[in-house]
Amino acid sequence: MATLETPAPAQGRSASLGMSPVVVISTAFLFFMVCVAVFAEWLAPAHFTTQNLAARLRPPMTVQGDFTYYLGTDQLGRDILSRLIYAIRTSILIAVLGTLIGAVVGTLLGFVAARLRGLPDQAIMMLVDTQAAIPALLLALTMLAFFGNNVVLFIILVSLDGWEKYTRLARGLVVSEQTSDYINAVEALGARSGRVILKHLLPNIVAALVVQATLNFPGTILLETSLSFLGLGVQPPGTSLGLMLGEGRRYLLNAWWIAVFPGCAIFLTTLAMSLFGDWLRDRLDPTVDRG
Amino acid sequence: MLRFLAVRTARAILTLFICVSAVFVTLRLAGDPAEIMLSVDTPPDVRAYYSQLWGLDQPIYDQYIRYVTSALRGDFGISFADERPAFDAVVEALPNTALLGSAALLLALAIGLPLGILAALKHNSAIDRLAMASAVFGYAVPVFFLGILLILLFALKLRVLPSAGSDSLVHLILPVVTLGLPLAGRLARFARTSTLEVLGKPFIRAARGRGVMPIGVILRHALPNASVPLLMFLGIEIGNILAGSAVVETIFAWPGVGRLLVDSVATRDLPVVQAVIITITLIMVSANLLVDVLHILIDPRLGGFGRASGAHA
Repeated sequence: MATLETPAPAQGRSASLGMSPVVVISTAFLFFMVCVAVFAEWLAPAHFTTQNLAARLRPPMTVQGDFTYYLGTDQLGRDILSRLIYAIRTSILIAVLGTLIGAVVGTLLGFVAARLRGLPDQAIMMLVDTQAAIPALLLALTMLAFFGNNVVLFIILVSLDGWEKYTRLARGLVVSEQTSDYINAVEALGARSGRVILKHLLPNIVAALVVQATLNFPGTILLETSLSFLGLGVQPPGTSLGLMLGEGRRYLLNAWWIAVFPGCAIFLTTLAMSLFGDWLRDRLDPTVDRG
Repeated sequence: MLRFLAVRTARAILTLFICVSAVFVTLRLAGDPAEIMLSVDTPPDVRAYYSQLWGLDQPIYDQYIRYVTSALRGDFGISFADERPAFDAVVEALPNTALLGSAALLLALAIGLPLGILAALKHNSAIDRLAMASAVFGYAVPVFFLGILLILLFALKLRVLPSAGSDSLVHLILPVVTLGLPLAGRLARFARTSTLEVLGKPFIRAARGRGVMPIGVILRHALPNASVPLLMFLGIEIGNILAGSAVVETIFAWPGVGRLLVDSVATRDLPVVQAVIITITLIMVSANLLVDVLHILIDPRLGGFGRASGAHA
C-alpha cells in the first residue's frame, strides 16, 4: 500500500514531544487515513459501486483503456482502490461514532455512580461487571439476532466495546478527586453539583479519558470489521473494510488482492493507533493501568 | 478465605442471573417473541401452540419465571434450523471449541511465556525488542486477516495444510495458530512486564546475592510470584479466545460454538442464539470464579495453602 508518503513533522517539534520515529510514522499514517476518509469523493478514481463486468478479477496495476486499476478489481469489476477509500471512510466513521457513544455514556454512568453512590452505584457497577464478563463481539452478535440489522443499532453495538472501561475509570477518578481539598472548598462555597462536575471534576480527569479512548479505538475498529467480515455488520451495497475482506475471502484462490488490501488497511490502522495510544498515555497520563 | 469465596460465588451466580434476565428483557423489547421467533408462514395453530408453550398469554412476571426455570434446565426451545433442542446443538459443538481454545492457549503459553521471560532477563536486547514487537502485533492484528493470510500461504500457495473442515487433527493446525499467535504476543508482553517487576524485588536480589544461578532464581522465586498476575491475565483472555473462536471457526469451517452462534445469528435461529450466549456466559463466569479460587490457593497472603507453592511474599 502506498500509504506512507505523508511527510513527517519537522524534527525539532517531534523531539520536543518525545516521539520516536515509529510514533511519528504512526501519527502521520493516522492523519493520512483521516484525510482519506474525509476526502473520499475527491481521492477515489471511481465510485465504489461502479461495475465493469469486462474487467472482473483483474490483478493490481491492470491498465484497461485509459483507466488504471492500481489495486485490481473484484468479482464485479469494481475498482478495489476506490472501494478501499470509501470503506476506510465507513469503517473510521462507525468506529469514531462508536467510540464517542461508548465514551460519553460510559463516563456519564461513572459520574452518576460516583456522585450518587448507594444503590445507583451498586446497580451501575453490577452492569459493568456483567458487560466485562461477556465479550462485546458475542453480545453484539446476540443483539443482531434479536433486533435484526440496521445502521443505528449497529453503531450502538460497536460502542458496546469498552463503555464499561470509561465507567470504571471515571468512577474511580471522581471518587478520589471528590475527597480532595479543592473540591471540598468549592462545595463549601455553595457551588452546584453541575458546576462542580463541569468546571472542576471533568477537566481534571479528561486526560485519562482521552487516553482510554485512544487505547480503546483499535478494539472498536476490530469489532466493526469482525461483524462486517462475518456478514452481519455493514450490508451491501455499502462497503466497509471488514465487508470487503469477507467478500474477498471467497475469491482467495484467484484474486488475493480483494481481501489482502483491506486487511492491510485494518491492520495498519489498529497498529498505528495502538502505538499512538501508548505514546499518548506515557505523555499525558502515566497513572492509567498498563494492562 | 471462605467469606471471600462465598462473596465471589454469589457474584458469579448474580452475573449469570442478570444475563438470563437481560436476554429475557431484550427478547420482549424486540417485540412479540412468537412474531420474531417463528417464520412468517407459520400456521396459526402452531403459533398458538408456541404462544401457550412460552406462556405468552400469561402475565409478564409469569412468563419471566417460566423463562428462568426452563433456562436453568437448559431448555431454550427447538432449533429452527434442524428441529432439535437448541441446547443439544450447543452441547455437540462445545467439545470442538474446547479443543480449539485449549490448543490455542497451550500454543500461546509455549511461545509467549518463554519469550516474555527471556525478554525480561535480556532487557533491551534483540530478543526483548522481538518480544515487544510481537506483543504490538498481538494487540493489533485482526484474527480474520491473520487467518486469511495463513490460508493464502499454507493452503493455497504451499498446499501443505487444509484450509477448512474438521476431519482430522491436521485441520486443527491453522485455526489453532490463527487463534494462538496473537495471544502469544499479548502473553509475551505480559510475562515480560511481570518478570521485570518481580526481578526488581529485594528477595530476588537477595537470592542472586546468595549466588543462586539466574535460571534457579527464575524457576524457584520469580515464576511462583509472577503466577498470580498471569492467572488473572488468562482469566481475561478466556473471553478473547471465545470471541476469537466465533471468527476463526467461521473462517476455517470448524464446527464449534462460535460458528454455531454466527450461523444462527445469520438465520436468526433465536433458540440456539440464546442457548449459546447463556452457555458462554456460564463458561466465562465459572472461569473467573476458578481464577479467584486458584488465586487464593496460590497466594499465601490470602490465607490459602501458599506454603506448598513456595512463593515468597
